Amino acid sequence: MGMTLAEKILARASGKESVSAGEIVTAKVDCAMMDDILGPRIVEDAIKDFPYELKLWDKDRVVLICDHYAPSGTIHQADIVAYTRDWAKRFGLGEENYFEGIGPCHQILAENGYSLPGTVQVGTDSHTCTAGAFGCLGTGIGSTEMAGVLYTGEIWMRVPETILYKWEGKLPQGVMAKDVILKSIGDTGHSGATYMSMEFTGDTIKNLPMDERMCISNMAIEAGAKCGLIPADEKTDAYLAEHGCTKAYEKFAPDADANYAKVMQYRAEDLIPQVACPHNVDNVHPITEVKGTVMHRAYIGSCTGGRLNDLRVAAEILKGKKVSRDTKLLVSPASQLIWKQADKLGYLQTLAEAGATILAPTCGACLGVHSGLIGAGENCVSASNRNFKGRMGSPDGKVYLASPATIAASAIEGRLADVREHL
Amino acid sequence: MIRCKVHKFGDNINTDLISPACYMELDNAGIAAHAMEGADPDFMKKMQEGDCIVAEKNFGPGSSRETAPIALKGCGVSVVIAQSFARIFYRNSINIGLPVMICEQADEINEGDELEVEPVKGTIKNLTTGKQYQCASIPENIMTIIEHGGLLGDIAYRLEKEKA
Repeated sequence: MGMTLAEKILARASGKESVSAGEIVTAKVDCAMMDDILGPRIVEDAIKDFPYELKLWDKDRVVLICDHYAPSGTIHQADIVAYTRDWAKRFGLGEENYFEGIGPCHQILAENGYSLPGTVQVGTDSHTCTAGAFGCLGTGIGSTEMAGVLYTGEIWMRVPETILYKWEGKLPQGVMAKDVILKSIGDTGHSGATYMSMEFTGDTIKNLPMDERMCISNMAIEAGAKCGLIPADEKTDAYLAEHGCTKAYEKFAPDADANYAKVMQYRAEDLIPQVACPHNVDNVHPITEVKGTVMHRAYIGSCTGGRLNDLRVAAEILKGKKVSRDTKLLVSPASQLIWKQADKLGYLQTLAEAGATILAPTCGACLGVHSGLIGAGENCVSASNRNFKGRMGSPDGKVYLASPATIAASAIEGRLADVREHL
Repeated sequence: MIRCKVHKFGDNINTDLISPACYMELDNAGIAAHAMEGADPDFMKKMQEGDCIVAEKNFGPGSSRETAPIALKGCGVSVVIAQSFARIFYRNSINIGLPVMICEQADEINEGDELEVEPVKGTIKNLTTGKQYQCASIPENIMTIIEHGGLLGDIAYRLEKEKA
């Protein structure tokens, strides 16, 4: 019996010829990432009564990123960032593996060669599954688990069953990877992939640039999955090389006779823009059912929807247009690097001329902790990944998740819009 | 081998039912004193050290709070058996040293039944009904973590061994 991508990666990580779903293995961790919100501060609390001093098993494999609370919105957040920065110094993390205020952790990991094909990445953030876009088994873990990884470099894992999402064909104009993943999650349900690996293949996926693939893997957790994997290929190699990565890695592909718990088949041509309506990510509707809903806020940013391709698409739609006077469009590039690239290519200028406010690269607005919260009674259409009650600010506000293209069109109309009418 | 009396629950027993959030400020003993209160307010009156919990589908969804398995372990639950578990609860249980077993026929087990459970072999013998079940076994390396009191206990054991 052949192996799925998740099985191949976990076989490598556990030093075995082969593993199969259900088996529990001890996997070597290639990269352990902590952020500011659930990182050192919480991990240190988990081990406060533990009699052994914390020593990192391999400091070059530990990455610490202040992104949720940087730039800080309150003094308490600033104190947490300062604590995290001191912790990095205490453990000898330097410019290679301590980052602050330059964007959401998953994007920073990708740009700095920490999301490598065939490897295992764990992080104290649930969207660590973003690394799956590189054929890297990234998954979110709790604080005791992270403590264990920091001491030993190992983690026990149950080899997940896999649901295969096979997308074939060409996406229509105005339809993006965000629509692909929203459709996939809507069909799966918010706990439909619990414990499982979501594996995305087919020529639609193969033709997507890395920016778009990351959007898909990023949201696997929203269906309960452990990871969301895409086989690495020449595009993966090119992305890593362009970002200066010289590390060695091995690319795995799933076997043709691998055992899948379920196979979902899609024709990309049939897909139209999708929207996840309040307050669950699986409450997905085609734009045709919800267009016209008034939006007070539009947000393009986060580890899901603030990459260069997202900004390009939004800039093309908004070029020479104006954002509605009744809607505020906020744009937060997903990293400082993307900020600079988008600036150089004129996207930020175009977006600003249309009326957008350009923000720092940060997680702030996505989880409602700073940089543009929504108020009671406000509706926001967002390129981020969660629309839970209160996620982006007031529990009496509403969040609608959509693609950057749909958001750009909606910002012009001041209401949920069908981007296909704006091309 | 674990010999235990069953406290039976249904589907979707979430972390708020296992360990209500209002007790999270208490210490572990305080939290354990309110175990399962959301699902059965009288649970702690019936619970005897060493008893087990048997539930049906999706035990432990919701919060990632480690206090949910800590409450069960703290009040003396010897093992939790369910048809399926939410992923984070399952991991947290093992990491804090509470045995958990996935048994497809757990719905056939009743309140008050006496069981004989062998976690490593994955066998359950219902002494009351005479039925036997083979479920997914807990591998030895995972059982070792549980026996060492959880993940941190296991790490301490390994660090101690390295020193010796």
